[in-house]
Amino acid sequence: MSLAYYPGCTLKTKARNLEEPAVASMEALGFKLDELPRWNCCGAVYSLAEDDLIHQVAPVRNLIRAKEQGKDELVTLCAFCFNTLKRANLLMKEDAEKRNTINSFMNEEVDYSGEVKAVHLLEVLRDDIGWEALSQKVKLPLRELKAAPYYGCTLLRPREIAIDSVEDPAILREFLKALGASPVDFPESTRCCGSYQVVSSPDAIAEYARPIFNSALSHGAEAMILTCPLCDYNLGRGQKELIEKQSGFREMPIFYFTQLLALALGLGPQVCHFELNHGSPESFLKEKNLLSQVESVQPIGG
Amino acid sequence: MFVTVSSKRLRREFVKKVKELSGQNLQLCYQCGMCTGNCPAAANMDVSPRRIIELARLGLEEDIANSKTVWICASCLACTVNCPRGFDLSRVMEAIRLLTLRKNIDHVRPEDIPPQERCELPQIAMVSGLRKFTG
Repeated sequence: MSLAYYPGCTLKTKARNLEEPAVASMEALGFKLDELPRWNCCGAVYSLAEDDLIHQVAPVRNLIRAKEQGKDELVTLCAFCFNTLKRANLLMKEDAEKRNTINSFMNEEVDYSGEVKAVHLLEVLRDDIGWEALSQKVKLPLRELKAAPYYGCTLLRPREIAIDSVEDPAILREFLKALGASPVDFPESTRCCGSYQVVSSPDAIAEYARPIFNSALSHGAEAMILTCPLCDYNLGRGQKELIEKQSGFREMPIFYFTQLLALALGLGPQVCHFELNHGSPESFLKEKNLLSQVESVQPIGG
Repeated sequence: MFVTVSSKRLRREFVKKVKELSGQNLQLCYQCGMCTGNCPAAANMDVSPRRIIELARLGLEEDIANSKTVWICASCLACTVNCPRGFDLSRVMEAIRLLTLRKNIDHVRPEDIPPQERCELPQIAMVSGLRKFTG
């Protein structure tokens, strides 16, 4: 089964360790992540000003590319891209006046009115495959892995685009359970990592990371799992600084959810690009006996 | 702090512009402080998120301009989802930033970002940072 897929800029360079294990895992499950032709940058952040329609053009163009392919769903992996595309889509669906202005401006494109649903890969795993079916495909259960699911902001806020409960999200917890891991809920799992503040105030980033790691550590987590390349960058950078300036701050490995998915499906460490992770996650995984590769998985999709 | 509130101030172009750009009804806010309580950056701000709303609706443009608050906001929307009045403060923060940026006053100059940082930062950081901090 083929799914229209929007990668976004960061996944092609800095976050290949998010994308490549996702593509390989979905293939093993019988789904082809079919990259959208002629995709462009989504703009990274959703424009919050009423009169700023020009910044809606970039995400809407990507949605139009999916519509042209005859697709009614566009799968994203990067949490930032997901947020921007889903919010732009909502605007095109619900605001007739702005929709008309944007469609008239892009008169070389077909008219668009929010027909394509922007979804995150986690939603595909939960809603189209299901946790039970996924757990049956697991070849290498992530037993003994106490992982803290970190959501950050953009999968859950604002409320109208959230993939799960804003106050008590469960999707990453259920995902980890399906892979055989032991999820560790912690209260700061939706606290902001500092986001684009790293551009203007890089020195402040460690202090955004501190309460997040403290909370995860004090609840017994050994590893952090996340979905967003900017969270990954900020938390990795912040943690490194905290360790350097504060003796006793223990390093917690950080993984993309797709890396754990690939490992659990038995695809081995090659597709995971751990060399792009912060710190040295491979030695941690080796200790846990999680680096083996096993025979191929029987696909789910047709 | 004492402020003089006058009807002239309340009719200021600034108040009108903030309302227009944010699409928010500034009178909705009843100053409960849920926004400040939920803001992960409030401790670094010289004016709290709650007070930004109050200053904006009283037309106290200079107090807002002298504060760092809107440049510390990371648009994480913790205020937005926790507001009991359905007020979207993230849009007010954006409107206030834009009123400065649209005068060609940038908060960050791309050329001041060290080359090593430019290489290291993920693209979504650069694109979103320059979207929020330059006009």
